[in-house]
Amino acid sequence: MSIEITGVSKRFGSFVALDDVSVSIPTGQLTALLGPSGGGKSTLLRIIAGLEQADSGLVRIEGIDATNLPPQKRNVGFVFQHYAAFKHMSVRRNVAFGLEIRHRPKAEIRERVDELLRLVHLEQFAERLPAQLSGGQRQRMALARALAVEPTVLLLDEPFGALDAKVRKELRDWLRRLHDDVHVTTVFVTHDQEEALEVADEIVVINEGRVEQIGTPDELYDAPANDFVMRFLGPVTQLGDQLVRPHDLDIHAGESAPSADAVTGRVTRITRIGFEIRVEVTTGDQVVVVTLTRTRFRSLDVQEGSVVQVQLAPEALAVVEA
Amino acid sequence: MAEQATRPRPRTARGPGRYVARLIVTAYLFFLVAWPLYLVGQNTFEGGLENLSGILEDPDVVHALRLSLMVAVIAVVINTVFGVGVSLLLVRYEFPGKRLLSALLDVPLSVSPIVVGLSLVLVYGGRNGWFGPALEGAGFQIIFATPGIVMATVFVALPLVIREVVPVLEEVGDEQEQAARSLGANAIQTFWRITLPAIKWGVIYGVVLSLARSLGEFGAVKVVSGNVLGETRTTTLVVEEKYLNFDKGGAYAAAFLLALVAVAAIIVVSVLRPKESR
Repeated sequence: MSIEITGVSKRFGSFVALDDVSVSIPTGQLTALLGPSGGGKSTLLRIIAGLEQADSGLVRIEGIDATNLPPQKRNVGFVFQHYAAFKHMSVRRNVAFGLEIRHRPKAEIRERVDELLRLVHLEQFAERLPAQLSGGQRQRMALARALAVEPTVLLLDEPFGALDAKVRKELRDWLRRLHDDVHVTTVFVTHDQEEALEVADEIVVINEGRVEQIGTPDELYDAPANDFVMRFLGPVTQLGDQLVRPHDLDIHAGESAPSADAVTGRVTRITRIGFEIRVEVTTGDQVVVVTLTRTRFRSLDVQEGSVVQVQLAPEALAVVEA
Repeated sequence: MAEQATRPRPRTARGPGRYVARLIVTAYLFFLVAWPLYLVGQNTFEGGLENLSGILEDPDVVHALRLSLMVAVIAVVINTVFGVGVSLLLVRYEFPGKRLLSALLDVPLSVSPIVVGLSLVLVYGGRNGWFGPALEGAGFQIIFATPGIVMATVFVALPLVIREVVPVLEEVGDEQEQAARSLGANAIQTFWRITLPAIKWGVIYGVVLSLARSLGEFGAVKVVSGNVLGETRTTTLVVEEKYLNFDKGGAYAAAFLLALVAVAAIIVVSVLRPKESR
């Protein structure tokens, strides 16, 4: 295990940011700390980096007790949401900063910086100032800067949060590929479940200062530990007293129930969203949302007002008591 | 005045209102600042370079100019080091009594300099001061000597660097510093490589204002210096003395030199200062 967090608590005044959190983060993997804003995930990341002190608990990085080490002794790379670019330095000097601090030979610094700038596709921008770069370029520069010192762990605090949706998606794919090349233990904070599911090897769900669940994206999506994780990771709807994913439900036209657990209802609304169809079925006092593929929907031949049977698809995985 | 017209125009406030406002401001500054200052210069050069060369050939005046410059430089160095330190303390740290400290730092601007002078005499005065006799016994004379002049000058110019640097520090934020720390820089390296370059123009502007203020200090210095000719008489005291002795030409010339240094420093900085860093 690369990072071991044991019983960490942190308060800001009367606000409890972290409440007795214990997490192990495996070596060489890309781990996401996922949760709603104000849930404590950024605080946890900053405690790992040493930018914040835990009130109690232990932080071990690669077997070394780092709880009381200052940030510059932890050998972690940290990437901030708003880049924290050194505004008065060129891109090259930004990336070289950690190496200059370590008094590496000039030739070595030059070589390493060139290599990193190639890695983040900024080689032609080396002499520019950060102000002359776009947000995505600045964040790639910040990433190269953090990687320059060969950190044992790379920590990213909502790294794509300040970027627009398209750039965010590009950088997300790029980060995943970069990690496959570099293999440094990486922890990134995000409140975007899609980002976590797509990029991470492992996800730690944090809410109200507590760890809700730890697992791979598949485990979390298919077997959520509780209704919070289920709701946070994807769309949900309620069928009877069960919380299910709308795409795990199936519809049968007609009055007759295909199985014992089917529920009869009336279609009250049909919305098409791109490749999928959202059907709202009112059953008694409940509105159940079902999403269907276009093909499946066409084969059903239902309109608003049709009487239908709603049941859980046989391959449905995630079901939690509401 | 011509530069007013060449400034980039703000997007709002079009129409005649803008010109009226501009005219009022220009006229106000002209009658209050520019015209009187210009007259000092004009009076200095009324008989050619005679007034100026007259005071520059007087060894006592030259001594006063040197003393003023030395005192100002020492005071500026002290105030810059202290000011940057206090600014960091105020912006980057939380501690009890912070607001009180912040309010206290404005006292030198609000208290009349003559009060500052008198209070320093009460503390450090050689004969009756609270602390002075002990220091004098140990061989340090403060009042009626250069250290007293420096202290009075430091006191009156104290908040200027702080008031320039604090807003810049707040605007810059501490993320760059945190990034530097995580990259292995210790506190001192972070300060020299990241913080200081980021607040550079705030510090420079503070230094210039402090220099101008320190050169021009009169009231506090008059009380603590003793005004001894050729020893503790600074340039501002020379101006007063010449003026009272009906040596108007000499007074204008000395005043012109004082104003010249201050105005030149401010002009140089505003020309050099990059546009976006304010």
